[in-house]
Amino acid sequence: MDALRITHVEGTALPMRGEDVDTDRIMPARFLRAVTFEGLEQHVFEDERSGSVAGDRAKEQHPFDNPQYAGASILLVNRNFGCGSSREHAPQGLRRWGIRAVVGESFSEIFFGNSVMIGLPCVTVSPDELHELMERVEERPSAVLRIDLTAGTCEIDGFTCAIGLPAAARDALVTGAWDTTGLLLARYEEVNAVAATLPYVAGF
Amino acid sequence: MGKTLLQKVWDAHAVRILPTGQTQLFIGLHLIHEVTTPQAFDALRARGWKVSRPDRTFGTVDHIVPTRERNRPFLDLLAEDMITALEKNCHDFGIRLAGLGDDRQGIVHVIGPELGLTQPGMTIACGDSHTSTHGAFGAVAFGIGTSQVRDVLASQCLAIEPLKVRRIKVDGVLPRGVYAKDVILAIIQKLGVGGGVGYAYEYAGSAIDRMSMDERMTICNMSIEGGARVGYVNPDQTTFDYLKGRPFAPEGEAFERAKAWWASMASDADARYDDEVVIRAEELTPLVTWGVNPGQSIGVGGRIPSVDASLPDQQAVADALAYMGLEGGKPIAGMRVDVAFIGSCTNSRLSDLREAARIVKGRHVAPHVKGLVVPGSVAVKRAAEREGLDEIFRTAGFEWRDAGCSMCLGMNPDKLVGDQVCATSSNRNFKGRQGSPTGRTLLMSPAMVAAAAVAGEVVDVRELSAEVAAGAI
Ligand code: SF4
Repeated sequence: MDALRITHVEGTALPMRGEDVDTDRIMPARFLRAVTFEGLEQHVFEDERSGSVAGDRAKEQHPFDNPQYAGASILLVNRNFGCGSSREHAPQGLRRWGIRAVVGESFSEIFFGNSVMIGLPCVTVSPDELHELMERVEERPSAVLRIDLTAGTCEIDGFTCAIGLPAAARDALVTGAWDTTGLLLARYEEVNAVAATLPYVAGF
Repeated sequence: MGKTLLQKVWDAHAVRILPTGQTQLFIGLHLIHEVTTPQAFDALRARGWKVSRPDRTFGTVDHIVPTRERNRPFLDLLAEDMITALEKNCHDFGIRLAGLGDDRQGIVHVIGPELGLTQPGMTIACGDSHTSTHGAFGAVAFGIGTSQVRDVLASQCLAIEPLKVRRIKVDGVLPRGVYAKDVILAIIQKLGVGGGVGYAYEYAGSAIDRMSMDERMTICNMSIEGGARVGYVNPDQTTFDYLKGRPFAPEGEAFERAKAWWASMASDADARYDDEVVIRAEELTPLVTWGVNPGQSIGVGGRIPSVDASLPDQQAVADALAYMGLEGGKPIAGMRVDVAFIGSCTNSRLSDLREAARIVKGRHVAPHVKGLVVPGSVAVKRAAEREGLDEIFRTAGFEWRDAGCSMCLGMNPDKLVGDQVCATSSNRNFKGRQGSPTGRTLLMSPAMVAAAAVAGEVVDVRELSAEVAAGAI
């Protein structure tokens, strides 16, 4: 599992402001019409990036199209990011687009879990710290943000703050055990033992 | 100290604590459909794994299937590919499939209960966030992503963190014209779209106790819209009566033994909760969403909120108003609608269709409105036809379709066009949700959708139905 270990992520960042960004926005449902995840990076936030969505924000350039942030690998977001549909296509699209970590105020649970399972850490910082991070990145988009999962910190231009990441997710990422299937199959006889105690499995 | 249903089910299904600190949880029923599984089956093939318990796995097709012109191959070649992939995967791995043409086909969260696959005390997983629906039976049901679908296929287990439990008591009697849909919209409005993160919602109280299984499913279905991954109602006589005689329910003496076990899994009277919220049923009104998340709702008699600089989060309000093309301060009643959609795993069961039919009977949809009724399953469709509901809808100018998700998410040809406004009985009003990047969605109960279809605008169903049958909602 060594090759899968994720202890830190380093790169330039991309701020995307707004609460409750749902997975229908990240990856509109029509792009789920395929039997693989390949090519999903082309459709991240497609509807709002095309400028076809009404609303004030649409008039501004979408952060994913802003040349200042080209090549960014860390996404900065606000509260309850990834809410809504359980589609893994959303984190898959972000990861294939080049995002290697997301820093936010909070995440929807399913999105968080889906992301960890594909090796995409989602870490939290306080609203004030997030504000600070976003401002610094907006001021100097070439600044490198460094997330250290082991130390539990994130740093940019001398500004350091603590990150939140549940111990289970952190351990999974830093030990490379985020691809859980092997772990679940490791002691399969125990699974059968539990199944045997459930009356409905035997048909009552 | 007593235990909650969640704790009991968790304890009964926990295999071990993983090195990551997560619990390895045995999954009693895995429901699969065409959209979130092909990549998971490919991963199994790539690693040479089998499906661990095909006997505890059941598939159907719902998300992308057309709701008319279902001859194969479909005109929509991508849909054809996805359905063919599921058929092949189920065939290769020995999984039962209620596919197209099967009498049991339908939306996965409608057919699980209908077939008696969904039972109290079980753990259930499905690659769809509205899997929380099955909690209506006192099951602990998780919506999962595709990598977790792979986990469950390969190991019949999930690696998952424990949840806290919030009990939401809905006490009292619902006023006339107020439905289960309004109850859950009110809960989300009160607690917020992220308020349930980290929690399972246990719905209790006298109003929930009196509800039918269909109504409880509507409530549990939208738990996820409040941020709670899991929602459930403790099993009781209503649950047992529903299950009796269903194809996959135990029979005879086994049913009696099952009943005893199911009852034993309900939360104890002295169970401890991490949080508790009480809602008075009498205070609820029919709700309509005005914004772009399910928490942005108001009573049908209310006014659309304006941007109020003295409150936090006003950018979200401004964004929502701009997207919806609405002006703050105006009443929501009278807003013109272009499409009326009755369907989805939230509200496409027989009782929903009956209620909507009662409103539209003897009336006609407004000339500018396109009305669509999409039953949740083949079984619902047949039962409705036996009662003549299809005739009522057709005569009123609605299209009567085959079972599927349809316009709930617009993955098939049923989509909004341009910036159409849709009154819908589904569960999500996100930007672009119904298939048009600028489409606008108003969530409401099926009866309210029926009323809006007839009036051509948002109206209070209580006014219409008072004309139909005084006091009989
Ligand atoms: S009806 Fe809508 S919410 Fe329900 S399973 Fe289908 S797409 Fe998902």
